[in-house]
Parts: sequence; C-alpha cells; structure tokens
Amino acid sequence: MIQNIIINGLINGSIYALLAIGFSLVFGVARIVNIAHTAFYMLAAYLIYVGFHYLGISPYVAMPISIVIVGFLGVVSYKLFINPIREHEAAVLIATIALAMVIQEALLISFGGHYLGVPPLISGYATIAGVKVTYQHLLALGVAVLALIGTWALMMKTRLGLALRATAQDREVANLMGMNEARVAMLTMGISVMMAALAGAIVVPLFVLDPHMWMHPLIMMLAIVVLGGLGSIKGSFVGAYILAFAEVLVVFLIPMGAYLKGSVALSIMILVLLIRPEGLFGVHFEEER
Amino acid sequence: MGLIAFYFRKVYTLFKGEVLVLPSRTVVLIFAVGLLALPLFTDDPYLLRILILTNIFAILAASWDLLSGFTGQMNFGHALFFGVAAYCTAILNLRLDLPPWLSIPLGAFGAVLAGLVVGIPCLRLRGTYLALTTLAFPIILLGLVFAIPDLTGGELGISGIDRLTGSRMGDYYVTSVLMLVLGFVMWKITDSKKGIILHAIREDEVAVRASGINTTRYKLMAFCLSGFFAGVAGGLYAHIMRTAGPSTLEVALSFQIVIWAVFGGMVSIYGPVAGVFILFPLLEFLRFMPKMRMLVFAFIVLMTLLYMPQGLIPWIREKIEKECPRCKIRNVATRKTCRICTAELD
Repeated sequence: MIQNIIINGLINGSIYALLAIGFSLVFGVARIVNIAHTAFYMLAAYLIYVGFHYLGISPYVAMPISIVIVGFLGVVSYKLFINPIREHEAAVLIATIALAMVIQEALLISFGGHYLGVPPLISGYATIAGVKVTYQHLLALGVAVLALIGTWALMMKTRLGLALRATAQDREVANLMGMNEARVAMLTMGISVMMAALAGAIVVPLFVLDPHMWMHPLIMMLAIVVLGGLGSIKGSFVGAYILAFAEVLVVFLIPMGAYLKGSVALSIMILVLLIRPEGLFGVHFEEER
Repeated sequence: MGLIAFYFRKVYTLFKGEVLVLPSRTVVLIFAVGLLALPLFTDDPYLLRILILTNIFAILAASWDLLSGFTGQMNFGHALFFGVAAYCTAILNLRLDLPPWLSIPLGAFGAVLAGLVVGIPCLRLRGTYLALTTLAFPIILLGLVFAIPDLTGGELGISGIDRLTGSRMGDYYVTSVLMLVLGFVMWKITDSKKGIILHAIREDEVAVRASGINTTRYKLMAFCLSGFFAGVAGGLYAHIMRTAGPSTLEVALSFQIVIWAVFGGMVSIYGPVAGVFILFPLLEFLRFMPKMRMLVFAFIVLMTLLYMPQGLIPWIREKIEKECPRCKIRNVATRKTCRICTAELD
C-alpha cells in the first residue's frame, strides 16, 4: 500500500510537474493563460496511438515525431489565434478554451468516445521493497525526471533560458536589452506545448485515452500552478508533488476517495492561498496600472 | 383632459429624445417587445423551449458580467452559483414541498451564501489567481455531490421537481419577463453610484481604496449580487428541467458562461445577454450535423474573436454610434454634430 502510494504519487507528480512547468512558463513569459495546454497533451497521446495502430510505427519512433508535430501545431495555433489578440486578456482566455474544444471535438469525431490504449513499451516488472512495479512505470518515472532536469538545464544554463527568465521578469526592459519579445513568446509557446506533448507521450502506455482525458489534468495543473505561485517554476515543481501525493493518498485511504480526489487537492490549494495569497513561491509581477 | 394630453406629449418627447435617438436603445426596445410578442405568432413547443433556456442563461451570463466584467473579479467558477441554487431549489421543493415562487428566491439566497463563501477567501486574490481559484469551488462541490448520493442523488441528480407553471406559455412568459426585468435591474445597478465604484475597483483598486472607499465591502457585495442573479437563473433552470444534476456544476458550464459573455462583449450587461441569444440558439440550430456541432461552434467563436477581440456587440455599437469628444455623450454615427453640445463629431 505505502509503496503503491509512493510510486503512483511520484509518477503522477512528475507528469503534473511537466504540465505545470510548461503552463507556468508560458504564463510567466507571455502572460497567456493557456487553457488548451492539456488539450495538446491529449493530442500527442492520440498521435502516438495513430502512429502505432494505423501506421505501424514503433512507439519509440512515434513519440518524438508526435512531440515535434504537436510543438509545431502549438506554434501555428499561437500565431494564428492567440498572437493577433494578445492585448485582450479575456479574449485570449476564451480563444484558448475554444481551441481546446476544437481539439477535443476533432478527436471525438475521428475516434469516437471509446477508450483506447497503447500497449506498454517494455513488459515485466521489478520487485522493489516487496511490491511489484512494472518496468513501464519505472521508465515513465525515469523519462519524466530526465525531462524535468532537461528543463532546469534549459532555463538555467542556456542563453535562451536567460532570455526567457528575463522576459518573464520584465517584458519591456527585456525588449530594450535586445531580446525579441515576440519571438521569445513564440518560442516559449513551442517549448511549453512540447513539454505537454512529452507528458502525453509518457502517459500513453499507462492511461487509457479518451477525448475528455484533458479535463482532469487541466484542473490539477491549474491548481498546482496557483498553489506554487503563478510563473514560478520551482513552485510548480513542488506544488505538483504535493497535490499528486494528496490525490493518491485520498484515493488509497478514504472510501469513495475516487470522487473526492479533486475536491481534496483543490481544498489544499485554497487553504494555502488563504495563508499565502501569492502561492508558495509566488513571483511578484509588476502591476500594470 | 388637457393634463393627460400634456403628460402624454411629455412622455412621447422623452421617449423620442432618449430612446429613439440612439439605434442601440431602439434595438433593445424592439428586442424586448419582440420577445414578449413572439408567442402571438408561433407556439412551436421546441422553439419556445429553446427560448426559455436562452432566457435563463442570459440572466446567468449577465450576472457573470456584473461580477467579472464590471468589478473585474474574474470568476471561472460561476457554475457554482447556478448549481448551488439549482440543488437548493430542488431540495426545498421536494423535501419541504415549497412552491416555485418560494423555492427559487430561497435557492437564490443559497447562492448568495455561496457567493460569500467564495468571496471571503478570494478577497485577497486578483486577476489570474482569482480566476483559477474560483474554478476550484464548483469542482470541490461536485466531488461532495458524488460522495453523498443520499441527499443529492449522485450522478443522476434530483428529479421530480414541480413544474414552474402549468404550461409552456406560462414558463415562457415568466422567464422572459424575469430576464428583461433582472437584466434591466443589473444594468441599473452598474449605472448607479455603487456601480461606478465597482467600475473603479476594476480599473484601479488601490486608487479606490486611497479615496476612502472600503473596497472589500464592495467586492463582497458584487459577489453576493452576482450570486443572487445567477441563483435565480439556477432555480428557474431546476424548475424548467425538473431535475438538478451534476451538469449544473461542471467546468464546461463555467467555461460556457465565459464564452457567452466574452463573445457578446464584457462590461455591458446587454453584451452577454446578446451573446447568449446568438450562441445558444446557434448551437441548437447546428443540431442538423450532430457530430460537427461543437467543432463548428468553437470555430465560430474563435473566428469572431480574431476580428472583434472586445466582443461582438461593442464592435457593432462602435460602427453605428459615435462618442462626442467633448461631452462623452453617444450619438448616431450619421450625425455631424453632437446632439447635446453641438460639438463637431469626427
């Protein structure tokens, strides 16, 4: 039981962390609340399903291809639908909601509402501390952790990461220092969507696919981002594990827990906000007055 | 006799000078009269049913605008008020046998309490934080609804509620009159002195507080007022559908409200109402291609926003009316000079 909680908590936490960091990045840099973020995650999962079942590509090849395709689609939809109306915050918000609905409905039309699945990449299991853990779960955990380390390196060790962080802190000054704000925003969108796609690729062999699978991660992701502090990558990381473990604990320990898992996680978020309105690691944004 | 004629002339002059002079006001008048006169021409039950629901959702979208548009407190969980009121109304009606005219106001009062419960923790939050936090409340409640099926009926919801009135025509008139009256009341609220304070809170809360106004009180008031109007809509919905189910609390409904209101044009009350009256029947109309329906709907919303990011109605209003540069009074676009101060219009 305890081992189950730990393994599931770690895997869910890593996936939420990937999603939340991507979302947080694009909010911090471009001030876009991208509701369609998890819709891209779902799209990647479906693309891998298509590659595996219809085109007969091995999942190892299908995963990188689908991540690149989704990243490209993310940038295109940013250019087409979000960039022209970026000045109007409310309009951007519902544009991303509409975008998510378009993706959901397109998938619903092409695949129907059935539950679909992709078989695990590797079979077999290891026994850790007396509990059976499939290799697939370990692989997912490993890839997620690697991706998180990669993101950290990108943000902290490269010039691009520096530009992203600078733009997040102050758009105008970053622009004055010679960073092309529009291009940075576009690149951020691409990176963040690709992170969502990577999270989708990781969950494909573990979860079942259906066109509404983006809703629950969306809500958890939003809660995590608010809990950790909007725009704070460290906050998203910590928040993801807190809420993932809360969720897993509720499911395993409380009767009817599956219904209450969202409620408990969100109540934790509200409790934290009551004490710290800017979240755990809130970044202070310049108020535009 | 002469006195009556005098008053009649006075009313007519006022009417001509205040309503007919602006195309937007004339359109609102035609819309209200048309809505009330429609059953004279058709009694198609399907059409009436769509319009009944449209009326209810128009109240809901306008109440969202009161809170999120005017006061700037972005609420992404507006379905909470709707759902709480629907469930309260349903339980009051079934368990205590209260008639609709009593259960709906009491249900709306439940929504006001929900507004307080949401409003108090949210007072310190603003902008995106507030939007994402409010999103959480209906989901928390939804979890509770599923966890205690004895009271709430779980996934099936509560059914077997009394009808609003005996007939469909009665339902239609109750909802349309309520929609028009409540819409007018909301518009009046936003136009009153208190409404101006709400405007100011959206524009610059710090400045309002510096002027010695207790913004906390006004923000809570906005939450409660908005909760009340949304609650009336929720209660009506429960009595029309005769069930109150989990769909009244779903995230999809909260998003739908935002789409209606932003599509129609925020910060105007009439914008969200118009948004519902365009988008809701459109969705029904798209029924002839059931599979593509939501896709086309989302696509239309996306395309409209691309060209009119501030919403449909403000965009149209900009085209047919001009604001006087000197006295800020609105004029028909065809006029050369302002109707009040005769300044040149450009």
